[in-house]
Amino acid sequence: MLEACSLTCSKRDRTLFEGLSLAINAGELLYLRGPNGAGKTSLLRLLTGLSEPENGRICYNGKDIKHTRADYFSDLLYLGHKSGTNGSLSALDNLNFWLAQHDIHQSTEVLYRVLETIGLVGLEDVPVRYLSAGQQRRVALSRLWLKPAKVWVLDEPFTALDSKGIYLLENLMKQHIQNGGLAIVTSHQPLSENAGAHRVFDLEYRF
Amino acid sequence: MWKWLHPYAKTERAYQLCITLQPWLWVGAILCLSIGTVWGLAFAPQDYQQGDSFRIIYIHVPSAILSMSTYVAMAIAALVGMVWQWRTAYMTMIAMAPIGAALTFIALFTGAAWGKPMWGAWWVWDARLTSELILLFLYIGVIALYGAFEDKQQAGKAAGVMALVGVVNIPIIHYSVEWWNTLHQGATISKFDNPSIAPEMLWPLLINLLGFAFFIGAVTTIRLRNEIVLREQHRPWVQALAEQALLPHKTRER
Amino acid sequence: MSLYQGIFKRDMHIAFKQKAELVQPLMFLLMVVTLFPLGVSPSPDTLQRIGPGVIWIAAILSSLMAMERLFRDDFQDGSLEQYVLSGMALPAVSTVKVVAHWLVSFVPVLLLSPLLAMFLNLTFDMYVALLLTLILGTPLLSLIGAIAVGLTVGLQKGGVLLALLLIPVFIPLLIFATSAVDSAALQLPYYPQLAIIAAMLLLAAALAPFAIAYSLKVSQN
Repeated sequence: MLEACSLTCSKRDRTLFEGLSLAINAGELLYLRGPNGAGKTSLLRLLTGLSEPENGRICYNGKDIKHTRADYFSDLLYLGHKSGTNGSLSALDNLNFWLAQHDIHQSTEVLYRVLETIGLVGLEDVPVRYLSAGQQRRVALSRLWLKPAKVWVLDEPFTALDSKGIYLLENLMKQHIQNGGLAIVTSHQPLSENAGAHRVFDLEYRF
Repeated sequence: MWKWLHPYAKTERAYQLCITLQPWLWVGAILCLSIGTVWGLAFAPQDYQQGDSFRIIYIHVPSAILSMSTYVAMAIAALVGMVWQWRTAYMTMIAMAPIGAALTFIALFTGAAWGKPMWGAWWVWDARLTSELILLFLYIGVIALYGAFEDKQQAGKAAGVMALVGVVNIPIIHYSVEWWNTLHQGATISKFDNPSIAPEMLWPLLINLLGFAFFIGAVTTIRLRNEIVLREQHRPWVQALAEQALLPHKTRER
Repeated sequence: MSLYQGIFKRDMHIAFKQKAELVQPLMFLLMVVTLFPLGVSPSPDTLQRIGPGVIWIAAILSSLMAMERLFRDDFQDGSLEQYVLSGMALPAVSTVKVVAHWLVSFVPVLLLSPLLAMFLNLTFDMYVALLLTLILGTPLLSLIGAIAVGLTVGLQKGGVLLALLLIPVFIPLLIFATSAVDSAALQLPYYPQLAIIAAMLLLAAALAPFAIAYSLKVSQN
């Protein structure tokens, strides 16, 4: 269970949110909504521990993530606006190095299979820079298949994806939730039925 | 032990503290500077070698000493900000930066002006002047880094790191430059060394030094108040303050 | 430990895929050095006198150009976020990256140094001293430079700012390094200068990783 207690965050001396609390249980999908500049990305980055809140704390399974970083990170998968892939490396190299950093062991076969699922057959060895935006997004998303993480924090995961890709991803999220994982997702387009049941959390723009 | 300081981490309390301190600092600054300067420039005895031109030390020495101290104070503020996560500490740091830079510039300018009659040239690569020049570069770096960020909270933290890097370097720079100077110029007599200064020359200097310190404090409080109001302009207490300030004008207009 | 080896391997891998970026600062170094005989004087005595300073100034300037590579790509493409979330200690990650960066951008400078010494008519003794100062001094450039790169990596135009921040900090190194070579020219011992540079290097090695990690965190915010 992921819990945020009275978070305060300000950017450029503007308070984005104050005293914000929310809890996400295992087996739950939280759909975070809000206009541009409301602080969705900032909230997600706080939840991952990438940035620290001015006030408040974030607990995973009842423990402050500040003190249990290593445990939390091994259960966490974050995909942000930036893909986290290096343009001059191939999809395969990128994923291999990423897996090594996160201490996850997957066989090459699994890697190829995932890249096939996500629709990158034949592009495994092409430097990522030469792929289209949607394909680059797919490379980043393939991590969802590779890391057995319980907590997914996905910032605009549908950007640049075609309808087939969206369908694939929504199905995967549904499966993840059914398996007892939890996920928090931002998106400007509403989630479809394929994503399964989900709770909506609205973040308002403050002046 | 430092608990009494913690309330001042709140911007509002820091603002109030500035208001309380400001008049005292101004009184100290005006008093010390007028006494020290008049005494130093008009009544202190002439130097038997340098005549009246030595009197520039009453400006040069305090600004040179305090330009270094201000940098160290900035680094301390940055460290406080880092350790206790105080926004006001970073604000204080950046409030002091331009003052320190200005002092460094004054020290350089007066040093150069002194150099003209002493060495016959406006600029000589004297060890202390060179150190001051590098100190000015360090100030410029911190100020430029702060200015480059749009998010001023982030800017404060970044500039704080640079101030700390600088303060670790200041002694290294100081000694390296001194050493470089002795290598290249042989043993030139530094005009700023005055090992046995007469007491009637020394007193005004010390008073002026104190006056400069008060003056820096006073200007820092003004700049800190500005910074706080500017950064917190959306907060209710600042808006209340602004309304209060505007109120008399409004009633008068009516 | 193997986690950090992975980062090292990745950085080397990427570096060798971007050879142009590695070679350009090196060519810049060569060209700056070439300017001095043309701009000052080609007389062997003059060159020998200004040589150590010229090589070190050129090395510092070219290092400023190469420095940005250190975190820029990782920051822009989001790899840095993933590093943080891997749970590895950020100071250690930065140290590994600095070492990798030093190997690909400064070892070539060491290899180029005999040519530069020849251009500027340095004697063999002077060259040995120069090489020693470069070996001890360039890691120092990398370590301190990485702090400033960490601070400026999130800025749109960090290039000139990086130079403004770093040049004053590099001055002591320049002084000690050139004076070591000057002492060598006069057949004087230059261990003291080397010892001071080594001391600065050790100090930087102890403190810089934490400063780099902190500055990267600030940039992440």
